[in-house]
Amino acid sequence: MKALVWHGKEDIRCDRVSDPEIEHPRDAIIKVTSCAICGSDLHLFHNLVPAMLPGDIMGHETMGEVVEVGSEAKGKLKKGDRVVIPFTIQCGECDQCRRGNFSVCQRTNRKGELGDKAFGHRTAGLFGYTHLTGGYPGGQAEYLRVPFSDTTHVKVPDGIEDEKLLFLSDILPTGWQAAVQTDIQPGDTVAIWGCGPVGQMAIRSAILLGAEQVIAIDCLPERLSMAAAAGAITVNFETESVVERLNELTGGEGPHKCIDAVGTESHVSFGQPDTLLDRAKQMLMQENDRPHVLREMIYVCRPAGVISIIGVYLGLVDKIPMGQAMNKGLTFRMAQAHVPRWTDDLLRRIEDNQIDPSFVITHKADLSQGPEMYAKFRDKADGCIKVMLQP
Amino acid sequence: MSLANLSGIARSKGDPRVQHKGPSSLTSADRLARALGWFSIGLGVAELVAPGRIARTLGLEGREGLIRAYGARELASAIPTLSIDKQAGLAARIAGDALDLGTLSTALHRDNPKLNNALIATALVVGVTLLDITAYAGVKGAHRRTRGSNRDYSDRVGLPRGAQESRGLAREDFEIPADYKAEGRLADALPAGSSETNSEG
Ligand SMILES: NC(=O)c1ccc[n+]([C@@H]2O[C@H](COP(=O)([O-])OP(=O)(O)OC[C@H]3O[C@@H](n4cnc5c(N)ncnc54)[C@H](O)[C@@H]3O)[C@@H](O)[C@H]2O)c1
Ligand SMILES: [Zn+2]
Ligand SMILES: [Zn+2]
Repeated sequence: MKALVWHGKEDIRCDRVSDPEIEHPRDAIIKVTSCAICGSDLHLFHNLVPAMLPGDIMGHETMGEVVEVGSEAKGKLKKGDRVVIPFTIQCGECDQCRRGNFSVCQRTNRKGELGDKAFGHRTAGLFGYTHLTGGYPGGQAEYLRVPFSDTTHVKVPDGIEDEKLLFLSDILPTGWQAAVQTDIQPGDTVAIWGCGPVGQMAIRSAILLGAEQVIAIDCLPERLSMAAAAGAITVNFETESVVERLNELTGGEGPHKCIDAVGTESHVSFGQPDTLLDRAKQMLMQENDRPHVLREMIYVCRPAGVISIIGVYLGLVDKIPMGQAMNKGLTFRMAQAHVPRWTDDLLRRIEDNQIDPSFVITHKADLSQGPEMYAKFRDKADGCIKVMLQP
Repeated sequence: MSLANLSGIARSKGDPRVQHKGPSSLTSADRLARALGWFSIGLGVAELVAPGRIARTLGLEGREGLIRAYGARELASAIPTLSIDKQAGLAARIAGDALDLGTLSTALHRDNPKLNNALIATALVVGVTLLDITAYAGVKGAHRRTRGSNRDYSDRVGLPRGAQESRGLAREDFEIPADYKAEGRLADALPAGSSETNSEG
């Protein structure tokens, strides 16, 4: 089959690979009908995530049709079922799964000892990601083996197009959790850093959850225009001071809730000198992430406010003003999204016409054009916000 | 055997294996930049560890310190050239090429017994400078935000009932789960009636 394969930094190829095979009775195989490229894939593309190996298949936003089911998954899945696959693999039985903390499932990371060493305790297996989370082959391919498939799928009805359903795999529940994590109250101002696909979903979620004022921050005009479409007030950090604008819009008090939908690869610019220093340290392997957004959020957030971190961080960060955070009494919430915790509810909202996540797709291409589309998405060229690929 | 196949030991039996490699996301300019980055490392190390030999070969005796400093400069420009910020690295390399040419020009005089070597080195640096410029222009061209990137997506609402009408829609039937509650008011935490009693008393 065809698949997008990681070969090294900035080197993704559309290779011919062998077809996946069922290994365990809980496995299933799906024929992929649509998949997408995520901002997290860019961290892999840039080789910032440790423990990737040449030959790893990319992709964790995937949907398709079940073509083969292992004996133990037969009660829950059958051939022909239409499913969206969450990017997190979950067993459904361990203590964390029973609490709804699916992205830290204790059983699905098949390289758990690596995970224990890297993180202190293992986290869930993830598709198309590092070997620290199991090194499971991803879904930017024609076929995908789904481990723990009886609990790692979202069944979706016929009659709704892929475009509306695909993002149940990741960015819709991720954006939703980013907003839920802040425990939005009527009257709240929610500031969201980053208007990529995850930020766009967080903006819509915050609106649906009743935030009085949603403020979206980015520097790319086309992404800001998409944020404004949903009713967000926009701030361009290249031409305006984020701190000043946020204070202005909140009567000098700062936003109640702050969401980081940027993560480790904060934009590097002369206007934000800390980012230059972070980039230099990153090159010399003195620091893993560029935490500009964290610094800004902690500084501008209203005392006793909530900081929700959904953008991915990878390792060690420098110069986080913990003293400000502590003295202001801020609450921090963060996680890889616990996808299945939200998908039933969100599927219903899609069916009920409350949200239509297809708005974010700006580019559709054949899987074989994947390597070019990675570059286009990374370069933010041609107005690219979200790429959907079809084998 | 390629790395993609060697990494097979980290995979299980049902995992797909690479059978035939397809075209890469790396452009030819990206590859040229990478080659120049490694060249920088090679040259930088040579200049750092054997400045005397280089000085003698080119008739630049007495400039060993400078050559060693140039070695450090080569290494410093190699790091960004090999990173995803190639453009900055290549720009630094082009500036470095100018310094190299300046220094070499001082060896281009008739009294230099190593004039031939100095001429060859100058020709080499001119060649590398051209490659640096080609790679810089190529990388810049391949990875720029093309014209038309500033599209207007103000019709992409994503909320079928309208942006205004959707405000708070989910509050009607969505309760923030107990483990996600971060807020509360003192009044809610006190037993019923006690807040009034307190404020009156
Ligand atoms: N926690 C999860 O479960 C989860 C799931 C999916 C994605 N993610 C992460 O979310 C992040 C965003 O993903 P995406 O797909 O939207 O990626 P993206 O790269 O398309 O979007 C990031 C956006 O942030 C903007 N940005 C950069 N620096 C900024 C700054 N200083 N202030 C404000 N905006 C800035 C960029 O211009 C860009 O528009 C990534 O880190 C990704 O890994 C997390
Ligand atoms: Zn993702
Ligand atoms: Zn589990």
